Amino acid sequence: MSAVSRLKALAWPGRIGLALVVFWLAMAAFGGALAPHDVGAVVSQDVFGAFSASHPLGTDYLGRDMLSRILHGSRFTIGLALAAALAASTCGTAIALAAATAGGWVDEAVSRVMDAFISIPSKMLALVMVAAFGSSPALLILTAALSYTPGAFRIARSLAVNVRTLDFVQAARARGEGNAYIAAVEILPNMVNPMLADFGLRFVFVVLLLSGMSFLGLGVQPPDADLGSLVRENISGLFEGAPAVLVPAVAIATLTVGVNMLIDAATGRARPGASGDAS
Amino acid sequence: MPEAARPPSAFRGSLAAIVLARVAVGLVTLVVVSAIIFAITSLLPGDAAQAVLGQAATPEAVAALRAKYGLDQHAVLRYLSWLAGLATGDLGRSYTADLPVAELIAGRLPKSLLLAATTAAVSVPIALTIGIASAMWRGGLLDRALNLATLSMVAVPEFLVATIAVLVFAVKLGWLSALSNAQDIASPVQFLRAYAMPVLTLCFVIIAQMARMTRAAVIDQLSASYVEMAVLKGAAPTRVALRHALPNAIGPIANAVALSVSYLLGGVVIVEAIFSYPGIATLMVDAVTNRDMPIVQGCAMIFCAGYLLLVLVADLIAIAANPRLRHR
Repeated sequence: MSAVSRLKALAWPGRIGLALVVFWLAMAAFGGALAPHDVGAVVSQDVFGAFSASHPLGTDYLGRDMLSRILHGSRFTIGLALAAALAASTCGTAIALAAATAGGWVDEAVSRVMDAFISIPSKMLALVMVAAFGSSPALLILTAALSYTPGAFRIARSLAVNVRTLDFVQAARARGEGNAYIAAVEILPNMVNPMLADFGLRFVFVVLLLSGMSFLGLGVQPPDADLGSLVRENISGLFEGAPAVLVPAVAIATLTVGVNMLIDAATGRARPGASGDAS
Repeated sequence: MPEAARPPSAFRGSLAAIVLARVAVGLVTLVVVSAIIFAITSLLPGDAAQAVLGQAATPEAVAALRAKYGLDQHAVLRYLSWLAGLATGDLGRSYTADLPVAELIAGRLPKSLLLAATTAAVSVPIALTIGIASAMWRGGLLDRALNLATLSMVAVPEFLVATIAVLVFAVKLGWLSALSNAQDIASPVQFLRAYAMPVLTLCFVIIAQMARMTRAAVIDQLSASYVEMAVLKGAAPTRVALRHALPNAIGPIANAVALSVSYLLGGVVIVEAIFSYPGIATLMVDAVTNRDMPIVQGCAMIFCAGYLLLVLVADLIAIAANPRLRHR
């Protein structure tokens, strides 16, 4: 199916989702160049300013331009989350393939270790990691990847185990192919699509986890700011209903809801794994 | 069939054995989790003492503090004594407050439990009603609204819901206080004012997904052949759903409720922070900021134990509700 016909097959929520995802990816890539003001520059006397022509998204608690700060913040949010989700999905899939093709006690042992990791709620793991090592972008990526690898592993393993029993895999084994060949050439191509959908879900979870940590002041540290930190630093404007509080929070929501809508439309069925933090 | 031939006492024994085995798996997982948490918090080259005293501290002072908190011992030894302490309720002493961690947690835990219990009491009936109703009228307006709501609620950060709730109910309408002061609760009205916002926020976050999972569980049963039989013999739709399908869906629904309530554990961290609610999550977040490891370890263990307990309870209810599971 060509890209165009795929797009046509997508229901309207899927198209909105796709548009939102493309928009945010573009903002993460080029937003810094588009920002009208310097990210740290105080450009207005008016703190917690409302939407205006000169500052389309208002101003923050110091009188900085919110649009510029959000364009910069989205780069942190999306960059960190992409790196972590990519790491989680890749590691999860690789370990699952190794475990499923090896089978026997290796499979059993790896599955048990993953089960133990899955029973640590991701926020708890993140809080413990930050308490132990202090917060830095590298640590946040590592933590989020560690949190969501077991979930990706679980999905990938169940897919791989299903494919493993199919005739063409048995035929490859009978030909005398090695485990690595079977995993990479026979099994992997047959689980790419579900794993892509799972990757999207992991990305959403990581965005929520990292924004939550930044909101608590334990994520991205000043002077850098991701979208979660922007909500935190402007929270005192909440009582006057300042846009500076709501706009970054809504920005996160459009990003994550967009990814969710796209996955939902692309997979075309209810996802049993979509149980929030727990999976 | 062996089932029919099995005497009642052996049957009871096998059920007890399954329950015991399940509890044992839970305990082993808890020990592994404690090892992971302890390993992470102790990987740093021993310098909680340095962190407490600051960079300017003399080596002697650091060494003395290390000895005081037992940081000069081998990590495995420290883990075992920490584990023994956990089992007896001794969680060590806080670095910054210099109080027993158990005492600090004991002061906060009931407030968090009250928050979680209130949320569960409000959200579970609502979620189950919505879930069952949208399963019965699949494809209807309620069902589609639920689908849209879950899709967005699963993906929205808790602090967005909380900030919008504050904006609407505290700032614009002025009905509720934005700060949850749980210290002085004398009357039901005060209770309502203090708890309405945090509970409302948490409910928003979990109702949608609990309802969605309930719906899936009921639909799964509604497509079974015995339901078709009940429809064919002329039972009313409500009766089919409530009397025939629902009892068989109790296991999966219990699972859905437990999973959602465990999601509450994560949500509670954000919600307590935003409403300055004096619960165990704010204690932990403060401890992470101050790098007060004994508190972090203690709180993390409580949250993980709570999570494992919920999953265990869900499994046990599923076993109890489904006779077939007892024979696996």
